[in-house]
Amino acid sequence: MPEQLVFAMEVFLNGLMAGVLYALVALGFVLIYKASGIFNYAQGVMALFSALTLVGIMEGQVPFAHLINAIFGTEIHHFGWHVPALLAILFTMAVMVGLAWVVNKLIFRHLVNQEPIILFMATIGLAYFLEGFGDIMWGADIKKLDVGLPQGINTWIDESTFNIFDYGFFIDNLDIVATVVAALLVTALVIFAQYTKQGRAMRAVADDHQAALSVGISLNFIWVMVWSVAGFVALVAGIMWGTKSGVQFSLSLIALKALPVLMLGGFTSIPGAIVGGLIIGVGEKLFEFAIGPLVGGATENWFAYVLALIFLVFRPQGLFGEKIIERV
Amino acid sequence: MLDASEGYTTEDGRKIGGVVMEMKNITLRFGGVVAIQDISFDIREGEIRAIIGPNGAGKSSMLNVISGFYNPQEGEVWYKGAKRPPMKPYEVARQGIARTFQNIALFEGMSVLDNVMTGRIRQMKAGMLAQAIWKGKAEREEVENREVVEKIIDFLEIQHIRKTPVGRLPYGLKKRVELARALAAEPSILLLDEPMAGMNVEEKEDMSRFVLDVNDEFGTTIALIEHDMGVVMDLSDRVVVMDYGKKIGDGTPDEVRNNQAVIDAYLGVAHD
Repeated sequence: MPEQLVFAMEVFLNGLMAGVLYALVALGFVLIYKASGIFNYAQGVMALFSALTLVGIMEGQVPFAHLINAIFGTEIHHFGWHVPALLAILFTMAVMVGLAWVVNKLIFRHLVNQEPIILFMATIGLAYFLEGFGDIMWGADIKKLDVGLPQGINTWIDESTFNIFDYGFFIDNLDIVATVVAALLVTALVIFAQYTKQGRAMRAVADDHQAALSVGISLNFIWVMVWSVAGFVALVAGIMWGTKSGVQFSLSLIALKALPVLMLGGFTSIPGAIVGGLIIGVGEKLFEFAIGPLVGGATENWFAYVLALIFLVFRPQGLFGEKIIERV
Repeated sequence: MLDASEGYTTEDGRKIGGVVMEMKNITLRFGGVVAIQDISFDIREGEIRAIIGPNGAGKSSMLNVISGFYNPQEGEVWYKGAKRPPMKPYEVARQGIARTFQNIALFEGMSVLDNVMTGRIRQMKAGMLAQAIWKGKAEREEVENREVVEKIIDFLEIQHIRKTPVGRLPYGLKKRVELARALAAEPSILLLDEPMAGMNVEEKEDMSRFVLDVNDEFGTTIALIEHDMGVVMDLSDRVVVMDYGKKIGDGTPDEVRNNQAVIDAYLGVAHD
């Protein structure tokens, strides 16, 4: 088999894996958008915030340590204990549910029946607030996150591909875990949305508030639930990205990569978020591999956006989005 | 007049029961505008009760008070023999009061079947996990709910569109789907906000038939708002007439038809 083709195959596989991580973030967007019609700009920051909180709890960091020290002249930074990963994840989830409740209580309850653009602006505000809040609470330094997920080259794939092609593929174990987790997450979300009463209620609320009320659905309950689920998805994405590249504030920028993913997949489709993520992941890796050397590289920075732009022109609803029909 | 607390029998032989809901001296204001002024009436079990009046008379406001979308400043709502505290609309719905809307409020993105299934939310009790893995109680519940829903879909003759997304349906059918969703809740009171509004003659006849059949078949108590006098007089057992937020008449269609205040309100009267 020609060497170039084997390389391309490896690039393709790595692209798929990267795509899964994009899809994880995009999922959070789709979920809130489907359930409440809000485009949640803060989804990326929520992933960052959950990862920060998780590290903080695991390491026994004192929240607001800098603030406390500055005010009282103390020198406290750590409680001096370590929390096991699983327990810390549970605590972090509790924090995200709390956050969902507060966000609903303080912001979105008061914006019922407002234009989508106003809700969108509110989430931008939320994003900036949460970023600053995370900074004050846990500090701005880059942190290492290790919840015990396997990392490094998968030797089995390396060896077996070496036997076949005379060239071992480099596939990160973490990417494989991320793929499995994403598959489980999507399955769970689809089952939840399609087959449970709460899922049906969630879709109902997204569609029509008045009608939902008239069949006995509590809007507040559903909204808190939706933001909690989005918080959960953010936590999963935060764990994956945090483990891969450290918990740092540039994590919130991965939210930007989710935008082209959503334009490709459609804002309202869960499978769309997955497929969109994979296409962007594979597309940008292969493009870099094939065209990159000709134009001086760094195509990964813009490829996704150009692809999204092309989609906007020819298929604005995305691959799986609901068709936009205007009745005149 | 009808004052027997134990109900009465209609001309066509239907048994009407005791009072299930009573509005006592309801006053509803929006700022300085008085939408409803000191209105009292009751709804009896098994009857078709109409609220009529010219545009802007406060009919829809009254329906919104019953369904909890508005809370009146003064007056009491009694439901099933107990005074009802101020409630949110979803709490009222869970007590068994279902409604439709004048401008149709359906879940446009969902299929007809899913729309009608949302009406069953009150009857679904299984835990979230049990529903997700489709086990035991949850499965039985889902099957039972589906049976009720299919029966209603059959009854309202919308089988052929069960899987169609509601957004694609024409107006008349949407109205029928909305009625189906409200019925699915097996409500003790069904509130219909202008069920015939915007319909042609044929659709109106269909809808009238369904309203009568629903009442006949399931014994559902129905309170409806309508400004088409002809339809109301044919359908209802008793009629409340409103004008400018006040009650100007209450009684059987015949009594109301011969009420001078009602005639004035509808035909206009010369004021000196």
